[in-house]
Amino acid sequence: MNGTLKRVAVACLAMFALLMLNANYLQALRADNLSSDPRDQRNFYERYSVQRGRITAGGKVILAQSKETDSTRFRFVREYPEGKLYAHVTGFFSPESASAIEAARNDLLDGSSSDLLLRRSIDLFTGEPTRGANVDLTIDPKAQKAAYDALRQSGKRGAVVALNPKTGGILAMVSLPTYEPAELSGTNKGQVFSRYDELAKDKSQPLLNRAIGQTYAPGSTFKALTMAAYLEDDSSRGPNTTVDAPQRLPLPGTNISLPNYGGAACGAGQVTLVFALEKSCNTPFGDMGMKLGYDKMRELTEKFGMGQDLAVPMSVARSDFGPEEDKAALAMASIGQRSNRTTPLQMAMIAAGIANDGKVMKPYLVNKITDSKGDNVEEAEPEELSEAISSETSAKLRQMMVSVVNNGTATLAQVPGVEVGGKTGTAETSDGKPPHAWFISFAPADNPKIAVAVIVESGAANVGAEATGGHTAAPIAKAVMEAVLK
Amino acid sequence: MSEVVASPVPMPAKRRVAQLGMLAFAVGIIMLAYANVGLAVDGKIPAGMLTYGLSLGGLMLIAYLVLARFAPWADPLLLPLVTLVNGIGLVMIYRLELSGRDEAASATNQILMTGVGIVLFTVTLVVLRDHRSLQRLTYTAGLVGLLLLISPLIPGLGREFFGARIWISLFGFTIQPAEFAKLALAVFFAGYLVAKRDVLALAGRRLLFIDLPRARDLGPILITWGISLGVLVLQKDLGSSLLLFGTFIVMLYVATQRTSWVLIGILLFVGGAFLAGQVFSHVGDRFQIWLHPESPEFYDREIGGSYQIMQALFGFGNGKILGTGLGQGHPEEIPLAYSDFIFAAIGEELGLTGVMAILMIYALIVERGLRTSLAARDPFSKLLSCGLSFLLAWQIFIIVGGVTNLIPLTGLVTPFMSQGGSALLANWILIALLVRTSDAARQPPPQAIQNEGMTQVFQR
Repeated sequence: MNGTLKRVAVACLAMFALLMLNANYLQALRADNLSSDPRDQRNFYERYSVQRGRITAGGKVILAQSKETDSTRFRFVREYPEGKLYAHVTGFFSPESASAIEAARNDLLDGSSSDLLLRRSIDLFTGEPTRGANVDLTIDPKAQKAAYDALRQSGKRGAVVALNPKTGGILAMVSLPTYEPAELSGTNKGQVFSRYDELAKDKSQPLLNRAIGQTYAPGSTFKALTMAAYLEDDSSRGPNTTVDAPQRLPLPGTNISLPNYGGAACGAGQVTLVFALEKSCNTPFGDMGMKLGYDKMRELTEKFGMGQDLAVPMSVARSDFGPEEDKAALAMASIGQRSNRTTPLQMAMIAAGIANDGKVMKPYLVNKITDSKGDNVEEAEPEELSEAISSETSAKLRQMMVSVVNNGTATLAQVPGVEVGGKTGTAETSDGKPPHAWFISFAPADNPKIAVAVIVESGAANVGAEATGGHTAAPIAKAVMEAVLK
Repeated sequence: MSEVVASPVPMPAKRRVAQLGMLAFAVGIIMLAYANVGLAVDGKIPAGMLTYGLSLGGLMLIAYLVLARFAPWADPLLLPLVTLVNGIGLVMIYRLELSGRDEAASATNQILMTGVGIVLFTVTLVVLRDHRSLQRLTYTAGLVGLLLLISPLIPGLGREFFGARIWISLFGFTIQPAEFAKLALAVFFAGYLVAKRDVLALAGRRLLFIDLPRARDLGPILITWGISLGVLVLQKDLGSSLLLFGTFIVMLYVATQRTSWVLIGILLFVGGAFLAGQVFSHVGDRFQIWLHPESPEFYDREIGGSYQIMQALFGFGNGKILGTGLGQGHPEEIPLAYSDFIFAAIGEELGLTGVMAILMIYALIVERGLRTSLAARDPFSKLLSCGLSFLLAWQIFIIVGGVTNLIPLTGLVTPFMSQGGSALLANWILIALLVRTSDAARQPPPQAIQNEGMTQVFQR
């Protein structure tokens, strides 16, 4: 019997060998293929298995954090203590996607970045669970709150962006309407997805971050840039240089002419540059743009960041002066209409560049990233985007913009005891809706700490004067500036 | 001085100390794994760890002492190896219970059953001093085996769960009699084949190239076997029928030393499987699911689809080489992970490393059993221990192969690991029988005493 017994023993060994080979095939060769199957719920749980890092503002206010749960499936859930206030900054962390900072810095927040390799290796040996890095933002909580409250009070859709002109750090970024990030960050897929669909279909686009994701015609606020180009073109020009200011500016090659806002007269045919800016006359700026030519205008807009792709780290919609067309189009673009499109962030950069002696800083949102033990992983270093205009031009322009706030269309932006420079704007919309109200500003004028851009969609409704941007948008900017300066 | 001492027969070592050391090691591993689960899931060492560990250790010490007293020559590896797989199964069930997904997963119950199993192991060793006495019970065992198999079909006694009528309810306990029937039938096959193996091998007619034994020699065993298979098919217990069929063929092959039996067996199996695939739609589906488990058509099917096997495969895939670590994966995603699919849970949390280690332990248990069979001195012992060892190996192959999609899936428990009292108790008795046989096999034969004339002492 031993002969057959031995054969049975060999057969048994062969069966075990087959099982082992198959296990190797499954767990070594096919493992990645199997574990990446979308039907595998484990991938979904995996998202919630590590303690994601915190997102903070100004090093203290917690915007997003992971809280440990009792569930073995979702070990950590995401919380947003400040809720809607920071929704477009933090973004959400949903079962299958993420947005804003949660998406842009995901590899650091969830600890998978190669920058955290050392930390992970140490944790592996000390037996500590991997935790994500903490992301601290440049946002000034007071400015953010002021911007949010003020814009909400207007009852309109819109956006506010505030920058530190010297560094480019973003001090406030608000977009309304907004959403509750916690509603999109739950672990109940069905609930999250149906809420997302609801928000995505909403005509008011609450998921859109208007501050960086939407471009608008900049309207009269763009005149600050046209003025910069005109001053830069000839250093002998100054606030008191006089220019033609006809009631209507004939547009070459067409049979139409460009009027001032509401068809009003602007001075007595000849005005000083400072007067033109204060009253936001259209005709002198259209004329300036045509005299400078497309190339010079375009070159300066690019120095301020237009026509480029920016990331803060979320990618920013591209602002653009528009393509080269005829002189008439150039005149329109020079007063911020036609194909000239900018994001609110871009307008804040223009204000900041003028305030910062002509130096435009790259905007950024992440101040510092530290690992779970508090060691620095990454720290922001302010970076100059370009030197857009000379220091002299910048000084002249600042003086003129201060005058706009003190004597012109933007008196509502005055902050007691502080020199504020600004420019209002009203951007006509093509679809027949009331025009958008714009305002850009900086303060204090001699040592700028903040530059702001505000847009209130259809904010110029029911107001029949050029000062509309000043009525609805300027007080919002004032509130933000006060919050930072006081 | 060169003095040549003729050492008559090399004495097999008892290795009792090594066995105690290995048992302690196995209990130690289990306790650490238990602590690991608690730390991973709750962040603290489970409260009952010391109680459970000490009671498991105590039970093992008793088993060891009984073994040392009543089967001193027994194979030293069997008990520690079985303890280890039993314990790892316990830890996995505890871990699945903690996940709170499966109400039915109960570690407490399984620990209790392990205790009863070890008690049955010791009782078997104490009561059954000589396993050859079982040979006298050949036909009784056959009858008992059949009755046990049929019992779930008796109205009022049988219970049906998960579409299979393989349970009976007795005094408030639910028992799966097929698990015990396997042991009885193995005893019957061994006893019958030993008695008839000569006539089976020699007397008969040659048909084509196959020697067919006489019907009256083969009759009783074919009838028993046929009834068993018929009953199991009626109960839709494909796994058990495949298990008994394979074991029977192998025992027949070992007893008669005829390769033709294996060929006939394979032909019968293929033919039977083909026929079953044609007649029963669920059998045909099993085959298709085996070929294309990932197909959405099967995956999304409410009942009898491939959801379970795919979840098991996802588990293996997520486990990769080192596993997620105990308590850190999601084996609760696999339906019935505490029972038939426990091996997939092991694959996920202990990884390929754990899977290989546990397969190795199983292979060692089986090969130690077959080694006992080789060393045994009488045909009944040889056939019984071979049958029992193969039963174990074949069962592991069917269920682990099914769970890893090596072969079509048929439901069976993973020996010593899956939750379920009947299987655990029956398998502990199986190990007791192997231990008893190995004790007899390894006992040194009585030495002829010199200068005592021609007197020879034989042990029966």
